[in-house]
Amino acid sequence: MTRVPFCLGVLLVLLTAGVPSPAAAQAPPVAPPAAPPVVSPVVSPAVSPQDVQRVRDELDRLRREFDALRRAYDERLIALEQRLAQFGGGPSAPVAPSAPPAPSAPAAPADPAPQAAAGTSKVFNPDISVNGNFLAAAGRNPFATLGPLQLSEVEAAFQAAVDPYARADFYFAIGHEGIEVEEGFITFTSLPSNFQLKAGKMRAQFGKMNTLHTHSLPSADRPLVTGNLVGGDEGLADAGLSLSRLVNNPWVFLELTGEVYAGQSEVFQSTHRSRLAYVGRARAYKDLTESTNIDIGTSAAFGPATVDLPEPLISAPGAPTLQAVGMDKRLIGIDATFRYRPLERAIYQRLNVRAELIWSRQEMPTTPAERAFGMYVNGEYQFARRWYIGARADRSGRVTEADAIDTGASVFLTFWPTEFSQVRGQFRHIRFAEGVRANEFLFQFNFSIGAHGAHVF
Amino acid sequence: MWRSHSRGRLFLNPLRRCLAGVAFAGALAVVDAAAETAPLRIVATTEDLAALAREVGGDRVSVVALASGRQDPHQVDPKPSFISALSGADLLIVVGRELEVAWLPVLQTGSRNGKVQVGGSGYLDASIGVKILEIPTGQVTRAMGDVHAQGNPHYWLDPANGRIIARSIRDKLTQLVPADRAYFDQRYADFDERLAAAEHHWDAALAPYRGAKLVTYHRSWPNFMERWGLEVIGYVEPKPGIPAPPSHIIQLVEEMKRHGARLIVVEPYWSLRTPASIASRAGAEVLVLAPSVGAAAGVTDYIQLFEYNVTHLVEALRATTDR
Repeated sequence: MTRVPFCLGVLLVLLTAGVPSPAAAQAPPVAPPAAPPVVSPVVSPAVSPQDVQRVRDELDRLRREFDALRRAYDERLIALEQRLAQFGGGPSAPVAPSAPPAPSAPAAPADPAPQAAAGTSKVFNPDISVNGNFLAAAGRNPFATLGPLQLSEVEAAFQAAVDPYARADFYFAIGHEGIEVEEGFITFTSLPSNFQLKAGKMRAQFGKMNTLHTHSLPSADRPLVTGNLVGGDEGLADAGLSLSRLVNNPWVFLELTGEVYAGQSEVFQSTHRSRLAYVGRARAYKDLTESTNIDIGTSAAFGPATVDLPEPLISAPGAPTLQAVGMDKRLIGIDATFRYRPLERAIYQRLNVRAELIWSRQEMPTTPAERAFGMYVNGEYQFARRWYIGARADRSGRVTEADAIDTGASVFLTFWPTEFSQVRGQFRHIRFAEGVRANEFLFQFNFSIGAHGAHVF
Repeated sequence: MWRSHSRGRLFLNPLRRCLAGVAFAGALAVVDAAAETAPLRIVATTEDLAALAREVGGDRVSVVALASGRQDPHQVDPKPSFISALSGADLLIVVGRELEVAWLPVLQTGSRNGKVQVGGSGYLDASIGVKILEIPTGQVTRAMGDVHAQGNPHYWLDPANGRIIARSIRDKLTQLVPADRAYFDQRYADFDERLAAAEHHWDAALAPYRGAKLVTYHRSWPNFMERWGLEVIGYVEPKPGIPAPPSHIIQLVEEMKRHGARLIVVEPYWSLRTPASIASRAGAEVLVLAPSVGAAAGVTDYIQLFEYNVTHLVEALRATTDR
């Protein structure tokens, strides 16, 4: 049994590959004072109507520039007054707002600070958004966990820059089991040598599906393989550290990620502080044309898991389930995405095809390790400004019963009134390994309010 | 024995140490020289800003635009290839006013480049100091459509604003490469002069049509229309980003007839079906203009952008008005 986690190797490669070059620290040089535009309209003795028009235009231009200047000054004054008021003094002696502009008055200030009057605490509020996922289910499924109607999840997100070096993202999921931190992490955005470090609780960079929040899924549910092998809706999400590096080269976009987690997730369960879970990922992306691109990744995860002992070992019926802890679990994944979106018709047409293949190896207490395989292929095509049609094929074994193969197929139709809400209908057929069949209709309203950050492509 | 041998290798004798020092210093100097002669790498979010950066930066800069001029700048995919471009950038120029809010932040974070983060030394918001129209007052909600709380971001479509953007770029470049101040000043002055001459010509061409009424698809043209005194009496979209329902189309056709508006200006990335149907009912013409550099053949720089739009607009106005 190879005990050397593959991901540790990835981490090592990551750390050694970097040729650290000191970040070119640039002391902000003093901005040169932008001289105010000096225009001296020369009036020739013989004034033609064109000259008059020209002077008039010039005057108009000057007036516009002066107005811009005055606006900028007014805003600065307001900001200053507010700041003064904050210091408890209230506005001091009134400053004539129509004071002539100083020579250094910048029509285009070198300072990139926003024009809005700063000084109130509100301006530092993070972007806040709330997303609701309403789900209805009908039809027959003997293993159904969904009720007929439910607000299956509410997600609240808070996102902002922490300081010039980092940003923070918090996602709280509010569901049947109360409020939970779905993700909450800091990202250091300006480390040298193209490194990026994240710390906190986050969805692991294992494949594509695992990184997606419920509201950004292409369908109303997750593929079977996610439920069987990668922790279902919650997925592989844990407290840990994620270090990634961009490997710049002339051919492809290449990103290497190494992560270490506590091992407290739906996928890994650690009972010792010294036994952690590791995740590694390599992602390559290439634009094939300006409208098409391909995105290929490979991921690996390794860590301890708790396994229910097989039934024959349990002596009396109704006795508590016995578990074996610290059993090695390994996941290997490959994912590929092809996208087509013509630039001029980006509003009306796009195609995404994605496949993910996952191999799981679970050490068992009494029998040889179980090696399960699962996969899905998902296609989605936008055929009108607000309409998408899609289909998915599913197949997956189970972590501790590799030979129990569940298969399924779904078709879905999504209507997007705007990018902030969507209505989706999905027909889902599943054939469980037990021979039971499920035919269900899922109906979804997904809606969000507030300012939600862009999603990773 | 082994130890001393190893020490002998590790700790070089004085002569070797000197040589190594010189070689190291030499290598650093080469790196420095390379850094000094290499052009400043600029990434602009749109082709318009890229064109202005080229005007001012000349051969001292290399410029890449993220969004193509042929696509809707609101609807850009945050492709990882853009992250690669940003990771090596010395300067990022953005339109701002929330135009890129759906795709740029994730690229900035992904770039791992401290310079191009908001507030970084290589971050320039081109909207600072320009004339911004349609800044909403009162409460802003999404019930108003995809409205921009900080005003209309299509401000580059007024050459007066283009001049201010070019000046901001000149100031930023001077701040980043003080040694090239004279070069940037001269490039800016040259652009300013050419732009002023062209403006004179555009003003004259459009002067007969002051007060002409027309319709546009999206609210992309307020700065352009205001500059030349053209009056937009309605939009194909009932609200920004919202497709037109039949009731809006009927209302718009009536408005157009009432005002005598016989021109619908459309950006190239919209389907022509709805505008064409409105035009046929209102007895109007559909005119596709270039909202950005690169949106039409031959529109390769900022002055060409207006040259193209003014020429085509004058032609269409001549055909649809009695002036």
